[in-house]
Amino acid sequence: MIRAFGLLRRSPPAMVGTIILAVVLFVTLAAPLVSPADPRQVNPEARLLPPMSSALPAASAPAGRPTLHILGTDAIGRDVLSRVIYGGRISLAVGVLAALLSGAFGMLVGCISGYWGGWIDAAASWLVDVQLSFPFLLLAIFLLGALGGGVAAVIVILALGTWVNTARIVRGQVLSIKSQGYVEAALTTGASPGRVLLRHILPNTLSPVVVLASFAMAQAILTEAGLSFLGVGLDPSTPSWGTMMNDGRDYLVTAWWIGAVPGLAIAVTVLGATLLGEGLRDLLDPRRGR
Amino acid sequence: MSGPLLNVEGLSISLPTPAGRITAVSDVSFHVHAGEAVGVVGESGSGKSLSMLSLLNLLPPEAEVRAAHATFDGENLFGRSPMELMHLRGRQIAIVFQDPLAALNPVLTIGRQITEVLRRHFGMGKAQATSRALELLAEVGVPDPPLRLRQFPHEFSGGMRQRVTIAMALAGEPRLLVADEPTTALDVTVQAEIVSLIKRLQRRRGMAVLWVTHDLALLARIADRVVVMHAGKLIETAPVDQLFSAPAHTYTKQLLASIPRIDRVRARAPAAQEGSDVG
Repeated sequence: MIRAFGLLRRSPPAMVGTIILAVVLFVTLAAPLVSPADPRQVNPEARLLPPMSSALPAASAPAGRPTLHILGTDAIGRDVLSRVIYGGRISLAVGVLAALLSGAFGMLVGCISGYWGGWIDAAASWLVDVQLSFPFLLLAIFLLGALGGGVAAVIVILALGTWVNTARIVRGQVLSIKSQGYVEAALTTGASPGRVLLRHILPNTLSPVVVLASFAMAQAILTEAGLSFLGVGLDPSTPSWGTMMNDGRDYLVTAWWIGAVPGLAIAVTVLGATLLGEGLRDLLDPRRGR
Repeated sequence: MSGPLLNVEGLSISLPTPAGRITAVSDVSFHVHAGEAVGVVGESGSGKSLSMLSLLNLLPPEAEVRAAHATFDGENLFGRSPMELMHLRGRQIAIVFQDPLAALNPVLTIGRQITEVLRRHFGMGKAQATSRALELLAEVGVPDPPLRLRQFPHEFSGGMRQRVTIAMALAGEPRLLVADEPTTALDVTVQAEIVSLIKRLQRRRGMAVLWVTHDLALLARIADRVVVMHAGKLIETAPVDQLFSAPAHTYTKQLLASIPRIDRVRARAPAAQEGSDVG
């Protein structure tokens, strides 16, 4: 407790980032409790209401009291605040899963190519180069068109965009750790190569991977929003921040809040993840001492 | 006792360099009997450490190792399968390295690093391995083993780290301990402690020790026999008394002459030192 506090106090960015992400995570997880209305509830009589206006609920809704739309309503009368809260679930899940997938795949490729070298390394490096030489957005649009939208497809494609960073960093780490004395020492005590890789090398590569993962999460949330905004990402019926921004595109002049609110949510979350990543990078840097 | 525990004849090692293959060790022969302490002495780059690593097949695959005859406990040392090698390493022959900080993994606790060896070689359970690790730490003179077991390498001093690496080497109960300049990275008082620790452990366990060092004065105290190497070649091998009293080779004589001696200091400045006790 004291140690965690001391650690965070040494890095204000990490602390601010942690607080932002914790708040966002709490609100989205507790969505049914904190959101004022049903995010899917359509109300034709309350279309495009500006923030802080009240409206009687739709005729189909059970209660008869007027509801306050703190952040207004969208083109078919759905409560924007509730939609942003529920949309965060999808956006965060996509971001976190994409970051995990990209981290796991990047570590796998990086470890194998760094540890065994030779033709395996050559093949993996070739794969990385091919990936890097391809314009990502083009690849994403092409693949999403071929695979069709859907949460799983989007996650895989987002991971595709960031795994090379992890793979390159991990490969470099493995190459330098491989020649460390303790790896040789572990071999002299009879450890098998696989065990040395898992037990002695892998844990030493984790700190840069953690840092990269928080940046990858920020990037995945942004890219998901971008793809959905372009209309090739998630299905429009799935309420994510990206699809909401796409919904608001036509009303940017007349009803700015429809697009601006999810945009702000993205900005804040990405800021939190980036600050956390930067803070972690400083905290985990061994040259800073402990 | 039958033949020697370790017997190496005509060991040659060549390494590839950008300028072509170089022979780092050529035609070196030595043997170690069970329970015996043999010193390998020579300057840096004379091929001592390389020869030791080759015993465990730990040289990079580009290195070419050849020997007319190389056996450990009567069995061929080279050409073993990966499984046989894993059994040889740690269980039969263990190494204590020069730099104890480099030899310990910074992100694993001492306890995990020691119990890993125990679990691998003896198939011990977690609880059993932990209690054995506590015994080992106590045996190498680490105070407060239960606390130390949970600590990381950076929480140890240099001398304590070397004791930990010795405990790790002993965990497999090897029959031959290769001490590859284990005191070079330590300060003088700690050096003496580590040397007497290894000597004590050797006697108690009846283990053979191969001391690799460039410190002849040290070998005079601990070794039964000494192997002198220079530029990848074997210069001389002799019982320790004989080596010091009647070195056969010029290089050995030069090595002996290079040991700093307190009586020579006195001889150089007799007037000032006369009467006052320097000893």
